[in-house]
Amino acid sequence: MSGGPPVVVSARGLRKEFGEFVAVDGVDFDIVRGEVFGFLGPNGAGKTSTMRMIACMSPPSGGVLRVRGMDPAHDGPAIRAGIGLVPQDDALDLELSVLDNLLIYGRYFDLPRRAVRERALRLLEFAQLSERAGAKVDSLSGGMRRRLTIARALISGPELVILDEPTTGLDPQARHLVWERLYRLKQEGVTLVVTTHYMDEAEQLCDRLVVMDGGRIAAAGSPRALIDEHVSREVLEVRLADDTYAAAAEQIAKVTERVELLADRLCCYGEDGDTMLAELHALGHRPTSVLVRRASLEDVFLRLTGRRLTD
Amino acid sequence: MVPSIFAGLPAAPERRRATPLWRRAFAYWCFQFARTWRSTLTASVVYPTLYLAALGVGLGSLVDRHLGATSGSAGLDGVTYLRYVAPGILAGSVMQIAVNESTYPVMAATKWVHTYDAMLATPLRVLDVLAGHVGFVLLRLVVTSATFCAIAAGFGALVSPEAVLAVPAAVLTGLAFAAPVMAFAVTQERDSGFSVIHRLFVVPLFLFSGSFFPISQLPGFLQAVAVVTPLYHGVALCRACTLGRLWTLASLGHAAYLVALATAGWAAARVTFRRRLAP
Amino acid sequence: MSTVTGPASTARRAGPSAPARLRRALHIVERNFQVYRRGWIYFVSGFLEPFFYLLSIGVGLSHLVGDVRVGGQVVSYTLFVAPGLLASSAMNGAIFDTTYNLFFKLKVAHTYDAVLATPLGTADVALGEIGWALARGMTYAVAFLGVMAALGLVGSPWAILCLPGAALVSLAFAATGMAATSYMTSWQDLDGVFLAMLPMFLFSGTFYPLTVYPGAIAELVRITPLYQGVALLRALDTGTVSWSLLWHVAYLAALGGVGAVVTARRLRRLLAP
Repeated sequence: MSGGPPVVVSARGLRKEFGEFVAVDGVDFDIVRGEVFGFLGPNGAGKTSTMRMIACMSPPSGGVLRVRGMDPAHDGPAIRAGIGLVPQDDALDLELSVLDNLLIYGRYFDLPRRAVRERALRLLEFAQLSERAGAKVDSLSGGMRRRLTIARALISGPELVILDEPTTGLDPQARHLVWERLYRLKQEGVTLVVTTHYMDEAEQLCDRLVVMDGGRIAAAGSPRALIDEHVSREVLEVRLADDTYAAAAEQIAKVTERVELLADRLCCYGEDGDTMLAELHALGHRPTSVLVRRASLEDVFLRLTGRRLTD
Repeated sequence: MVPSIFAGLPAAPERRRATPLWRRAFAYWCFQFARTWRSTLTASVVYPTLYLAALGVGLGSLVDRHLGATSGSAGLDGVTYLRYVAPGILAGSVMQIAVNESTYPVMAATKWVHTYDAMLATPLRVLDVLAGHVGFVLLRLVVTSATFCAIAAGFGALVSPEAVLAVPAAVLTGLAFAAPVMAFAVTQERDSGFSVIHRLFVVPLFLFSGSFFPISQLPGFLQAVAVVTPLYHGVALCRACTLGRLWTLASLGHAAYLVALATAGWAAARVTFRRRLAP
Repeated sequence: MSTVTGPASTARRAGPSAPARLRRALHIVERNFQVYRRGWIYFVSGFLEPFFYLLSIGVGLSHLVGDVRVGGQVVSYTLFVAPGLLASSAMNGAIFDTTYNLFFKLKVAHTYDAVLATPLGTADVALGEIGWALARGMTYAVAFLGVMAALGLVGSPWAILCLPGAALVSLAFAATGMAATSYMTSWQDLDGVFLAMLPMFLFSGTFYPLTVYPGAIAELVRITPLYQGVALLRALDTGTVSWSLLWHVAYLAALGGVGAVVTARRLRRLLAP
């Protein structure tokens, strides 16, 4: 057998156009079984369009796409029978109860009524929503609704689960709970495809990811590898008194790997933050605020595109 | 997959034949209807009955007296006003229900509740989503038409045994409205157009398509307009059924018109649904 | 610390004067007007239904019905139907904003939360909304009366009093509609509004005289609000006036008054408990 686990999703030159507008501009990627694969990028990068193509809900405009070994153009229903989708806006029926939402969804997969019910009850346990089974969805918090949507996506026992911005709009506690449930899914061997514009989410969850911007892939790899490849180890963020930014930037650039001038501060990239700070002081600058941190995917994105992820 | 979550449960048994995809969407609408049937059904049956009583009987007494009609002798179109008006009310109410079911629920499923999107993430395709919804609207039309015909028969408004064919005639009328209106509704971003449709199209059609008086009473050019509108043909076809005058060339023409409109509407809906839901 | 006394503070504690109250209520009217400036087509299209009924059943059926007896007079069927539809027009103008729209403002948009943070109080809101419904009903009535005049359906000089008559109809339905809606809790409850309006519209003597009914039913219909309006406006339009019309006036005014008071109380309970 050829080496490596089977490829669940494969794209070559994948394109999506809406009239004149090009949302996805020729992207290539492979997603292997059992990994958590991320699409990291700001709003408008083409992530959702790519997700919809992988979920076989939107026909590609060009390129080659294979999902679960099949061609979406011919085998859409068969492919979707083994996929679970967690859309960005939940698409839950607010008037129905938590349990009913699971039941009607399971019926679309032609699962017998009893099987759907049994699975639904198990999934409510998984999502920690068992006590709210009879409650109407519009009485649930955002985090609970998201967990319900994730549970719903699992009703058919899919091998691939696609999550579009799974923790956008959730408070920190809800986010951690969702991550924890997703991590459990990964341990079960489910392949997860996640889009996000949160770098902490990408770093926490993803085995591999691609950085998307303007419909194209700017970089690909594991979070660690991307950081190592594109940015330095540490970042020094400082705020200076006005007018000295440009001068400071020039001077510091000589003693650090790189300097990025943002709207409200200066990011200095180098091996060690404290060393850079000392250099700054030596040059006579007195920053009004200082932060030393490890480099993150946000810095990778900034390096590659010149913009912030959350602009 | 997800073995430990479903551990211990029997594997989902293989069905001998999978349920057709469109039937799964249809089942969803039936499920929703089972929750809300009381209010919708009472409205769609009670209101036409009120029209039948008020205009068919109450106003009918004035018309029959003026035209010298009693049950069986000369009157409007040879029958009492009640018998004249009943198929008109049938067709008119079926139109209203068809339009109502094809506007707000479609927008809700597209934009507010995202029902269609939820369906499309499963094995269902756009065609199944559309067919499931149209199938449900048809079911509604059948139930309402049959109920109204039973009530009208109780009033003594149905003359001939062919009146039972008024049910499929009414359903065809409703479909001729539902299909094109659904094709339109799925393209909309706001529901403001719907109340305009109701007030500027549904109400005038209801009143001027021959339900309550023959269109010969309209001025000439308006008669020409009425003849090309769908409800005129629906009323004429239903009236032909209830008065036992079905087997004529004119009836064939009315039916053909409605079938053509329904078919064109279905074709348009396939295009607009795909454009909106799977662009 | 000095205690503030004197005429100014006494006036504050006694509540706003009548002109001040009226001015405040007018702000609500103005707000609704601004909303409908954008959506003028809804305002206009709400007028069309009774107008269509006039042309369809009123005109289209006139040859099929012949003449009808009203009071001592015999009039054409169209002239018989028109004032009934005028009453409906006034009712329609008043009812939508005080039922469906009111429910939306109370339960969904919570429009009044912002309003009540201003010097306006719940009584001003009640008054203002009724005032707006009255204005809308009157606009429809004026337009409808104009159509009637154009079609030659104004039967007597008394018909000018149809305008204040229509105002009473609008007032009665606006106040009652608001009061009823203030008790509703879900969109399904609102179905009750149409379930009340449609039978009234069909059976209250708009399309045929009450003589069609057996005695007991005719008496029942006589006490419904729309019939009172229809009877009043028909008598005025055909010139068959008598002092007994004042009973209709009193009925509609009383309904309006009671409805307004109930509305004000309910709004206070709902919005400023």
